[in-house]
Order: sequence, then structure tokens, then C-alpha cells
Amino acid sequence: MAKKYVGQRIKRNEDPRLLTGQALFVDDVDLPGMLHAAFLRSDYAHARLVSIDVSAARRRPGVVAVYTAEDMGDDWQHGPPLVSPPPTVKDIVFHSRTQVPLVKDKVRLAGEPLAMVIAESRYIAEDALDDIVVELEPLGAVVDLEEALQPDAPLVHDDLDSNLAAHLIQKKGDYAAAREQADVVISRRIVIDRGTAAAMENRGYVAHWNPKSQELTLWDTTQSPIPIRNGLARMFGLSEHQVRVIAPFVGGGFGPKIMMFYPEEVMVTWATLQLGRPVKWIEDRRENFYATNQEREQVHTAELALTRDGHILGLRDDFIHDTGAYDPYGLTVPLNTQCHAFGPYKIPNYYGDLKVVFTNRPIVSPLRGAGRPQGVFIIERLLDVAARELGIDPVEIRRRNLLPPDAFPYDNEIIDQAFVPLVYDSGNYLPVLEKAVEMIGYERFLKEEQPRLRAEGRHVGIGVVSFIETTGIGPYEGARVTVAPSGQINVATGVGTQGQGHFTSFAQIVADQLGVSPHDVHLVTGDTAQFHWGTGTFASRGAVVAANAIHAAAVTVRGKVLKLASKVLDTPEEELELVDGHVRVADIPQRSISLGQLAVLANPLRGAVEPGTEPGLEATAYFGPKYGATASGAHAAIVEVDPETMMVDVKRYVIVEDCGTLLNPLIVEGQLHGGLALGLGNSFYEKLVYDENGQLLNASFADYLLPTALEVPRAEVSHLETPSPLNPLGSKGVGEGGAIPVPAVFAQAVESALADYGLEILEAPLSPNRLFELLQAARVTRDA
Amino acid sequence: MNNLHTITVTVNDTPYERTVEPRLLLSDFLRHDLGLTGTHVGCEHGVCGACTVLFDGEPVRSCLMFAVQANGHKITTVEALGTPDNLHPLQEAFWESHAVQCGFCTPGFLMSLVPFLEQNPDPTEEEIREAISGNLCRCTGYQHIVDAVKLAAKRK
Ligand code: FES
Ligand code: FES
Repeated sequence: MAKKYVGQRIKRNEDPRLLTGQALFVDDVDLPGMLHAAFLRSDYAHARLVSIDVSAARRRPGVVAVYTAEDMGDDWQHGPPLVSPPPTVKDIVFHSRTQVPLVKDKVRLAGEPLAMVIAESRYIAEDALDDIVVELEPLGAVVDLEEALQPDAPLVHDDLDSNLAAHLIQKKGDYAAAREQADVVISRRIVIDRGTAAAMENRGYVAHWNPKSQELTLWDTTQSPIPIRNGLARMFGLSEHQVRVIAPFVGGGFGPKIMMFYPEEVMVTWATLQLGRPVKWIEDRRENFYATNQEREQVHTAELALTRDGHILGLRDDFIHDTGAYDPYGLTVPLNTQCHAFGPYKIPNYYGDLKVVFTNRPIVSPLRGAGRPQGVFIIERLLDVAARELGIDPVEIRRRNLLPPDAFPYDNEIIDQAFVPLVYDSGNYLPVLEKAVEMIGYERFLKEEQPRLRAEGRHVGIGVVSFIETTGIGPYEGARVTVAPSGQINVATGVGTQGQGHFTSFAQIVADQLGVSPHDVHLVTGDTAQFHWGTGTFASRGAVVAANAIHAAAVTVRGKVLKLASKVLDTPEEELELVDGHVRVADIPQRSISLGQLAVLANPLRGAVEPGTEPGLEATAYFGPKYGATASGAHAAIVEVDPETMMVDVKRYVIVEDCGTLLNPLIVEGQLHGGLALGLGNSFYEKLVYDENGQLLNASFADYLLPTALEVPRAEVSHLETPSPLNPLGSKGVGEGGAIPVPAVFAQAVESALADYGLEILEAPLSPNRLFELLQAARVTRDA
Repeated sequence: MNNLHTITVTVNDTPYERTVEPRLLLSDFLRHDLGLTGTHVGCEHGVCGACTVLFDGEPVRSCLMFAVQANGHKITTVEALGTPDNLHPLQEAFWESHAVQCGFCTPGFLMSLVPFLEQNPDPTEEEIREAISGNLCRCTGYQHIVDAVKLAAKRK
């Protein structure tokens, strides 16, 4: 079937409402009798709760209720583990410790909620927080990852012997033997620091228990409304049909909005069940810095064993991963790191020792990239050091190690985040790298431009990096496609949307099958009353898993349309075509019937239908891939370092991406641009700074710097398409690819710009100050 | 707090008289007292620009002002620009250029850019980037927003 819309740059169906301020976000929900919540949060990162007195707060006019953990009785429970704990394979250690709705005995992170006030307005609720008298006995805080494992470290969870949350060793081949054979072994300590997602919309919840209809409705800024519905129903003893969760327009997700459950989410829901009135809580930005999950901090000791001519013999990557105060998200992030250190390269031998530690800091869960940027940073930094030591060009050393196109499916022989083998389904890596090299003008830059600029006293450098991205993991998504009597096509699916353009790219798929315009396809998503099977939007999976479910449902509906039309038009199905909302006889276009008329005929009010006939032109379908689809890419950058200010100006940025079949290049490019901006933040601007007491020192946008339009360069984007064999559309995900390799490219380019100093960058993010310190240290070494 | 003030504010050409606490933020007044929820709030400390509205024609951050300061003044919000069926030319350019992803930041960008384009009908890329450097967007990387502004300028 010819694809008319899939692959086209189609502007988005959802935009007119967003552009005019008419789109509904959670904070826009306003219900009669609605109350407002505010949370009292701990100022200490680690402390024992001695006493809490809320009596004065309860007496304040306008306050309706004040709750502490004690008030919750048996409803006070730890959150469920969000992803399944690892299978109990030999030698795996995993301690599941999940978050609590309100602190009962011990505070484990600064900002953890101690009490909730419900009042007639948010202003009054916040006033009442000042009326609460709390006594906390501060304890030593666990902040540093390596110190967390020292025998004398304070314990985040008193019932454990240490702060070790998990320990796992993965192996492939025989790394020790490979190391023996190697001509050169590169060993480095590499550190990646914490950042935050900083979606422009903070979290928010509006919960409404209607005691008369016995129904609970929750508007939630979540990326996975269906699991939230199921979990809340279980938690509060309701049937799933009594609970409706709506994730309306969500102002950016990037991972942290997939948590199940945030304390506030549980508390707002619990409060409406007590009070029978709607309760709203909207996070403010300061709270977002303390109470929304974060990511990225790891300390690696990594080693690359190579032959003299730069072929990789083996990789060893031992690292400590910070999970924060609790670990509801299991091993997803660090397993991604392990896997992505394999990159697009042939690495025959591997040894990876992973230790996960509890610290007194916010919970760690996936943030756009989800452990992948760290893995890419490790292998790419080691390759750069190796290239320098061996006197091989950085691009050339990558060429020599890329997997060849006939290697697929390629099994890396370790397990990935879903505990299934890390298999790359397909790819063609060399052309992707060569395209990036060509677009940035690599050879010419090195031969002509860089020496010329250097002679002018300017420090300009280049970086080129290859990477893969595992995307589109299971378990499954589903969708229902319906032809309405009006001729409009309705699609319902479970994944929520946070700006990825699902209303459009999904509509394009359906439009191709049913011969309508994408603008006539009406998608509802993120409302459990419309569709209630599925998991959510994460791991760059919407364009793979949900899209293929929609495709399958649309194919079935197309079959039903043709079957019925064949009868009505008295023409064999093969001679029919679907065009402009009609089914017509190919040679005699005037013999046609509209989809709407067919929908009416398919749902008769009287008369008999053939046995086994289903009413309507509707189908529901599911898609669950065996394993993920592996996208790949190469990024290249030219940067200039100002030796006076240490500011880094990204002069050019090239992205070549292979995400399989492109559904809508316009949307894909938008995803890449946004990813690049975040990646740049993770390279140079965005670092959460904690002091030794676990206090966050830069909890505002004035102090934690998001890249603005002045920092983010224009991206030059090119696509190659190696369709995934694992799904009918051939799509792979792209939600995170823009962000993943940026710190690695940035570091390589900055080193290139400062080549005179022999600078080695073994950390991310940098900052002008940090770069200055590194340069001073390099100068001292060089001049010594 | 019973120190209430009665204020009259003209929002999108409609005069509203309301009695408010002096501490009520202008952003909360617009969103919650008047129900004009197109103006968004991303930080409430003056950095993100999502709450940008026009105050007597000049862009301001409504989270940094109190409603009482708007007494006797004219406020314009995104709701005044266009409707889904009749978009403002800048909105149209945003749509065509895919300058919107989650759309949370969008009203703030539009309200910063409308007066900018009036004063700079033919801006360079540098000037556009400078003009939106007080608005944060976490989704788009700004590139398509810059393209949209160029497109809107070209069409003028
Ligand atoms: S909400 Fe006003 S500037 Fe961010
Ligand atoms: S479009 Fe999401 S923050 Fe700008």
C-alpha cells in the first residue's frame, strides 16, 4: 500500500489549541468546591522525626484539614516498586526500599513531605505550613557515592547493613584474558553528575472523589495514566472502573513524570477520599528541585583494552550508581548505562561491576537518556584517550570498531533494562558516521581551518561521536480505531502525550490505511475512560510500540471497511480503493460510498446480521515487541573556547540519525533539537550542587542554568533509514537520541580546541569555572 | 488577611472589577480569578517567561507583579491573539514551523514576540535569539521557534 502521509512533514493537529491557550493542562482544572493542598517539607536531608504538632495549623481560618503520617492509619503504605525487581539470578543483590507518602519516623531527603495542609486557597494552605511545629533530630547525611559505601557511613535505611542498594556483575567473553593480550590498556576514573529534567510544567494533581457516584477522577501530569489508575484502585480498595485518570496536555515529561507514585499524588487522592471534595496540588519550581526525581550521578572506573592498531579487545566498566533515598525504579538506569557503553562497536569481552547506593538525595529515575548518556560518555571518552595514545585519528578509531551491516541481529550477551538479552535488531553504522564526518567537513577542518584559526590565536576544536540508542521496549501498547457515522476516524490509545506530536504522527498512520486526511483522524490519549490497557510514554517507545498497535488496528478496520463495501457496491475487494473518506470502485470512481455511510450500515438498528458479525467499523489491537528496536546516530560539533572567560561557543552542530522509518520528519527533527538542548545543558550548564549535608544549593532557575536560545546552536540534521525488522512500520524511537551523545561530543571538541594543553576531560557536566580549574591543572602538569 | 482592595483591570479589552488580597500575584489573578488559563506559570521567580503578558502593551512577567499593581491598567494575554480557527499570523507561523511541542512555554514566547516583531519587523537571527533569551523552552531547542519568527517577519 502506498504511503501517502507516513513520512511527510505534516503540521500538528494539536497545535491550534496549544497556540491559543485553549489546551487543558492540569493546573487549568477548576472544580466547584475545590480545595488546595500544600506540603510541609523537611529542611534536613537526614533526620529523625521527634515530634510534629499541627494543632495551630488546624485552627487557622480557611484550613479544612491537616494530615500527618499518623492520621493515615493503615492507609500509610510504602509505594510499590515501579518496575519489576531484577530476577533472582545468582549473585545479584537488590534491596527494594520505596518511598512513603508522608514521613513517619525518619527523613531521608531534603524536601521529603512531613505534613499536608488542605485549605480553601493555596495561599492559606501555605500560611498554615508556618503554624506547624516540627522537631527533627539531624543525622549525618550520605551524599558522596564512594563514601556511602564506607563502613562508618550513616545508614539511609537503618534495617540494611550498608547503603548498598544493589550489586550486579555482568560478563561477556573473558575480559581478563583480553587484557593480557592487549597492546595497550586505557584506564580512567570518570564522573557524571546530577541534573534535573526541569519540564516547564511542574507536577500537579487534581483529585475528585464523588461520594454519590462513587467515582474517583484524577487529573495527573503523569506519563503513564493507566498504571496510575490501576495502582490507585488497588491502594484504596476501589474497582478499576471506579477510577479514571486523565493526563491531559502535559507540559513536558522527560522521564520523571513516569514515577509511581509520588507522595503528593497519593496524598491528594487520599485527601479527596476523606473529604469528598476536589483537592488540587500544583508543585512550584522550588519544590520541583527537591521533590521530583533526578538522574545521572555515577562514578566509573573504566578500562579499555586494545590492539596497537586500535581494535577493541575488551571493556571493563566498574561503577557506582546513585539511586537517591529510595529505589522504586530498580536497575533501569544503571543497566542502560552498562548496555550503552557497548555503543555501536564490536566489543568481544566485557566485565562490568555495578554497585547501586542509597544516598540522602532525591530519588533517581529515568531522565531523557536514562543512563544512556553516561554509557556513551564512558566508551567515547576511553576511545578518545586511546586514539591519542595510539596516534590514531578519533574518527578512524571509531571506523575500525563499528559493527558491520551483516552483524545483525547482534547479541551483546548481557541483559538490558528489561532483563532480556541486549540484542541490536538492525543497523548500518558506518554510513551514519561518514555522513556526519562529511557534513561537518572533518578533514578540511583539521587540515585547513583549525591550524589557521590557531595561528590567529583562537581555540576552535571538533568532535565526532557514534552511538546507539535502545528504544521501543515492551511490554506492549494497544489502540482502538473506530469509524464514526460522521465519517470521522476516532483513535484511542493509552500512552499519554507530553509534546511528542502523537495526535499527528499516529493520525498519519491511520490516514494511510483508511484513505482520509490526518486532520480527520481524532486521537484521544491519556484518558483511562477511553482506553485502559497499556503502560505509558517512556524509553522512546511511542513511535514504536503504540504506533504499531495503531497500525494493526487500522489495518483491521480497513479490512472490515473493504468487506462491507464489497457487499454494498457489489464489487470484489481487490477492485476497491479508499480515497478521500470514500470507498470507490477503482475504475468507476462515481460508484462509491462514504466511510460514514458504511459505519451506519455496519451498526443497523433493526434486522438480522450474519452470525459472528461484529457491529461497527472498529478494531482494537495490541503490539508487543520481543525486544527493543535499536536506533543509531552520529553527532559532530565545532566549538570555540574563549581563553579569557572559558565560555564555550558551539559554532556548528551536526546530527545524523537512523531511527528506522520516519513517521514525520518535522516531529523527529523537533525531538532532536530539544534533545540537543538538554544534552548541552548536561555538558556545560546544568549541575545540581549539593553540600555535605545533602542541601541543594542551586534550587532555582536563576542558579541552575537551562540553556537559552543564545546557547543552543542550530542543528544541521540528516536522516538515514534502516527500518527495524521487529515491527511492521519499521520504526525506531527517537525521543532521547538528541540528548544522549552530546556530553561526549562536547568533551571531545573542547579537548580538540585546547589540544595545546593536553587536557583530558573525564567528567560531565563542565562549567566555565570547572574548565578553568582543569586547564590550570593541565598547565601545571605541562610546565612541570 | 482582610486588607482587601478593589481593583479594575482591563484584560483583553474587557474591564474586570474584583476584590483581591494585596499579595495576590497577577498570574494567579489572571488564571484563577478570571479563568484565563492560557497564561502559564513555570517558575514563579521571573526566569522562565511562561507567564509573560502585555502590560499596557509592554511584555512583563505576570508572576513578578501583584494584581493590585494592574489596577487601572490594560493587560493582554494569549487569549487575545487568535482563536483555533483564526490564528494570529505569528501563531500561524509557529504552527507551520513546528515551533510547539508540549506547548507549555508557547503563550509566553508569543507574548514576548508580538511586541518585538512590531518594533523589529525584519530581525536577524541574532536579534531573534536575543529577544527570546528570557523565555525558556525545554522541548524545542528553540530552532523552530526562531524559524517561525523569521517566517512571520517575512510574511509581514
Ligand atoms: S512563571 Fe513567571 S517567569 Fe517563570
Ligand atoms: S514546547 Fe515544551 S517547553 Fe517549549
